[in-house]
This record gives sequence, structure tokens and C-alpha cells, in this order.
Amino acid sequence: MENFIAGAEMLARWDVVLALLVGAIGGVIIGAIPGVGPAVAIAILLPATFSLDPIVGLTMLLGIYGSSMYGGAIPAILINTPGTAVNALTSYDGYPMTQEGQAHRALSLAYSASFWGGIFGIICLILLSPVLALIAPMFGSREIFLAALLGIILVVLAHRGQVFAAGMLAMFGIFLNTVGLDAVTYTQRYTFGMSFLSSGINLIVVVLGLFALSQAFFLLTNPDDSPNAKPVTGRLTAGFRELLRHKRVATVASGFGVIMGMIPGVGEFTAQFMSYTYAQKTSQAPDTFGKGAPEGLIASEAANNAVPAAAMIPLLALGIPGEALTAMMLSVFYVHNVIPGPQLFQNNIDLVYGLYLALILLNVIVIAFLMVSTNLLTRIIRVPTRFLGVMILILSFVGVYSLRNSLTDCMIAAGFGVLGLILKRLNLPIVPIILGMVLGNIMEVKLRSAMPRLKTPLDMIDRPISFILFVFILLVLALHLRTLAREFRAHQRDEDHDLHDTQLR
Amino acid sequence: MSRVKTLQALFKRYRRPGDVVFAWVFLLISLALLSQIIDQTAYRAGGKLFAQPRFWPAVSLGGMSFFAALHLLSSLMSERIQGRWREAALWVASIEYALWFILYAFVVPYLGYLPATISFAILLILRAGYRSRAIIIGTLVSAICIVLLFKTFLQVKLPGGQLYEALPGELRQFMLTYF
Repeated sequence: MENFIAGAEMLARWDVVLALLVGAIGGVIIGAIPGVGPAVAIAILLPATFSLDPIVGLTMLLGIYGSSMYGGAIPAILINTPGTAVNALTSYDGYPMTQEGQAHRALSLAYSASFWGGIFGIICLILLSPVLALIAPMFGSREIFLAALLGIILVVLAHRGQVFAAGMLAMFGIFLNTVGLDAVTYTQRYTFGMSFLSSGINLIVVVLGLFALSQAFFLLTNPDDSPNAKPVTGRLTAGFRELLRHKRVATVASGFGVIMGMIPGVGEFTAQFMSYTYAQKTSQAPDTFGKGAPEGLIASEAANNAVPAAAMIPLLALGIPGEALTAMMLSVFYVHNVIPGPQLFQNNIDLVYGLYLALILLNVIVIAFLMVSTNLLTRIIRVPTRFLGVMILILSFVGVYSLRNSLTDCMIAAGFGVLGLILKRLNLPIVPIILGMVLGNIMEVKLRSAMPRLKTPLDMIDRPISFILFVFILLVLALHLRTLAREFRAHQRDEDHDLHDTQLR
Repeated sequence: MSRVKTLQALFKRYRRPGDVVFAWVFLLISLALLSQIIDQTAYRAGGKLFAQPRFWPAVSLGGMSFFAALHLLSSLMSERIQGRWREAALWVASIEYALWFILYAFVVPYLGYLPATISFAILLILRAGYRSRAIIIGTLVSAICIVLLFKTFLQVKLPGGQLYEALPGELRQFMLTYF
């Protein structure tokens, strides 16, 4: 209880409250505009948060992360264009409802399911905290190495149909992390005699290039467009009562969100897929799915909103980010010398509880804001796309240049921007590069520090947690092979789609 | 069950035109980097394999080449999608905007953040094809707001422009600090 009070004290500052408001409301707006998503916003704001206190910077980024999906549901439901990637399934049942003149019902169902999922995720996080505090210290170097390795494997395998591409891009990320002066032996690695490469390739520069600049280039090279959403009429509270009739679906979907959010590299897509399938299989009217089924909408939104809180679990307890957004947040911790991992629960437990409380407040602020501003948001999402591209370019400059006032950084970011554009155009994933860089660094450092205690390779897995992780790795690989064999037997017709394009924003 | 299958299909990614071009370029770059491994990394005699400075570059570049080869193979074995060179031309065309960005970064220390941002935003919005007065005024206001937010209020580290040096006494200091 005293930890909660200490956490609440951390939040009781005007700058933290302001950061929470800016993050929450900004996140909803960013999520609602198709063309920018939380990744672009967090990438741009990241360097600006370095000068703030850790709790202020993290609260703002967490606000954007947790609230963008609420906003993303608006264009998904009203114009069939998901605002963020994870709202793709929402449009599946939400848009047919709009066509039937029930936009207010669909939106309120989405909001209430999101709130349910968000709060469920936080409650799980709080309940799991004592367990985490107990288990986290059991993670030594070899366990963290194996967990990071498992993360890389999952990131690659999670990109179904593009495993080879995800593999090569994850490896590219690991390679990028090795460029520069080796911190232990002081030898140059792939610097080609160029002094600017000696300090390595900065993660933030890569993130800004791959996420923000590439999106600007993408919007500027595509024809101009201005999404047109009609204003919503009707009571937005209608869905809250309806949600209570589907408590079971909402809770199970949130549960999937929590479990998938905790596992690095898996995230919202798998959670949504599993909960949607569950909702359909257990529904009394499975035929209505895809034609405006409330359970489908609830399953999708509850699952994806439970993920942000759950994604904080591996980040806080082990220092292992599960996806791009938590990878970016990790750099905020590092800049302030707060190293997430087992020690965090012993030394900075007030920060951990402060973040939990911030997450709860965030959900309350967002739902209150949406109740009064949905129609205003339908006007904001009409921003022309090329105009948006120009603004992203200007904002990205602040992010890159403020790091160390380096023109070289801007050139590197621009290079990664072009690479990001190519990957987006090709429907190839960007996230493996970022996770490759972050997890590659963790793997290298942890394997080195584990080395002195290992006499034979088998010593790597002679402790209970490391053995369990090793079994997990084998299991994941075996399951993937089984899925491949199954898919080969039941060959399906290929159908291209744009679903993942938005994942890159 | 058929619905579930469709959903599974939704979670798969599919090839787009230009895939094979990217696959070739990526594989060639991977192999070129891998061929430099002896030159560009060191090997400490007597040290453990896993702690060698060469170990992770070797693993990552080996993996990159391996996966890139498989990706290329799968691309070559798949049915050809028309329009690969049109797509590659679009990638090259995007370099124009990368150059705009670099030019912007280049001129900021000379012109100053406020003048550089306003001129860059207006020029780029015209380049993007907009001609309406509303959009141009919107751009101007947005550019000023961005400068006010980041430089004036948040005091983000950005250099003062050399152009400001020509301004008289107190105005010069004011512009250098806030714009």
C-alpha cells in the first residue's frame, strides 16, 4: 500500500499531470488521424522527453501509447480506414454498423470495450507485480540473454508469410547495433575508417528515419487524400450497457491481450486474432461476424487495449521490449540511468507504481475526452495527407537534430527514411529492425557477462528459469514447423490486403 | 471454419511489385558486408568465441545473408508481379524528399530555425502540389507553432542562425535565444 502512496506522490505534480493530459489527448488525436500513429508521434517526441524527468517523459509517451488505439477506432468505424494498425479488425464489424446507421452504437461499444480492456490489463499488471518482484531477481545474465533470444525468434516467426524477410531485417538490426567501437575490446567494427561511425549508429536516429521520415516520404509520394467522416448523431453512452451483456467476451479478449502483450514480439495482432476467433466460436450468432456483430467489435478493441499495460511487464521486469513502442520507451529509461530490469522493483518501486497509476488515470481521461469530443475528432481526421507529410518532415527534424546538432545524423535518418518507405511499399515489416537493434545489444552484453560462469555450453541452461526459457524456444520452433506443415497440406488461395500497412505508422 | 481461414489469411503478408529487386539488393549488400568481416572486425587470440568482437557481426551478417538468400529464392519462385521497375522508380523519386530534408537541416544553422522552417514548409507545400490559400496559411501557422513549441517553450537544443548575428543588439539576443 505504501508503494501505491509513493507512486501517487510521484504523480501529484503539475508537470506530470500536464504530461498525462498532453499524452492522453494527443494520443487520441494522433490515433484518429489515418497516416500518423503512435510510432511516428513517439519517435518525434522521444528526444524532447530526454530533458524531462523520467516520470514526466514516460507518462507522456505511455499516454500516447495507451490512448492512440481509442482514437484509431474512430476512422476504423466511420470510414473503414483504421487509424492505427491494431484497429484493423475493428473496422471489420464497426463499419457495417455505421452503414446501418448505428455509428454511435459502434463507437460507444468500441470505447467501452477499450476501457474494459485497458483497465483489465492494468489490474493484471498490478496483481502480477508482487510475483514479478519475486521472479525478476531470478533472471541473471543467461536468463535475460535467452529471453531476448526468444523475443527475436518470436518477432521473426510472428510475421506470417514473411518470415524470411522478417529474419533478414531482424539480423540487419542486430548488425546495425554492432557497428562502431566495441565497448569491451575497443576495436573498430564496420566503421570503414569513418569517424562518425565510431560512436555507432544511434537507435533514435534509426527510429526517426524508419518510422517518422519514411511515413512523411510515403505520404508525399502518394496522391493527396482527405478522409471524409460524417458527424455522429446519437448517445455515445449506449454501448456501455450493451458491453455488460458481453462481459464474458470482453474479459476473455482482455485476457488474450494481457497474455500476448507479455510475450515479446507477439502483441496486438495475435491477441485480436485469438479473441475474435474465440468470440465467433462461442457466439450464438456466428454468421453476423464481419457484418456488424457487437461481440466482434468488443473482442477486437478489448484485446488490443489490454496490450499496452501487459507490454510493460517484460519491459519493467526484465528490460526486454516486446515491440517497437516499448523499445523506444526503453531509451527514455536508459537516458535517465534508470535501468529497467530486476533491480527496478527493488530500487525504484515508486516509479513502477507511479506508472501503473498513470495508466489508470489515462484510461479515465481518454474515455471522458472521447465522450465530449468525438464529433470534433471527425473534423480533425480530414487533414490532407500530403500536408501531414510536410508536417511530419518538419517535426522529425526537431527529433533528429536536437539529439546532437549533427547534419550527419540527419543524413543517416534520411537514408533510413528511404529504406522505411521501400519496406512500407513492399508490405515488409519495420519492427524487426528496431527490435533487432535493441535485443541484439541486450544479447551481446548479457552473453558476454554470462561467459565467465559457463564451463560447458550446457551450463547455459542448468538453472530452472533458463531451462524453461530454452524449452520455450524449442517449443516455439516446433510449433512453427507444425503450422508450416499444416498450411502446406491445406493450401489456401492467396489474397493480398493492406492490413499491415498501417502497422508501420 | 471458412471464416477462421479468412482471418488467418488476414494476418499473412503478401508480396508486392518490386519485391525481387529489393531482395537482390539486400542480398548483394549482405554479401558485400560479410566479405569485409576479416578487414572490419578484430579477433583476439586466446579469447572465447562468444566474447570475440567479431562474433556478433559474423552471426548477424551470416543470418542476414542466409535469410536474404531464402527471401530472394522465394521471390524468384513466386509468380512475377508486373510493375517492378515502376515501383523502383518511385523509391528513387522519394530520394528527392530525403534531399529536401537534408537541405533543411543544412540551412537551419545559417538562416535560423524560424526563417528556415517557414520557408521550408511553404516551399515543400507548393512542391506537394497545394495552391489554395487556406492550406498555405495553415502551413505558415503550423510552422510558427512548431517553432514556438519546441524552440521558444521547450527550449530544445537547436543552433541560433548566423543570419541573426546581423540583427541589432537586443533583438539579436532575443532571436538567438527564442527562435
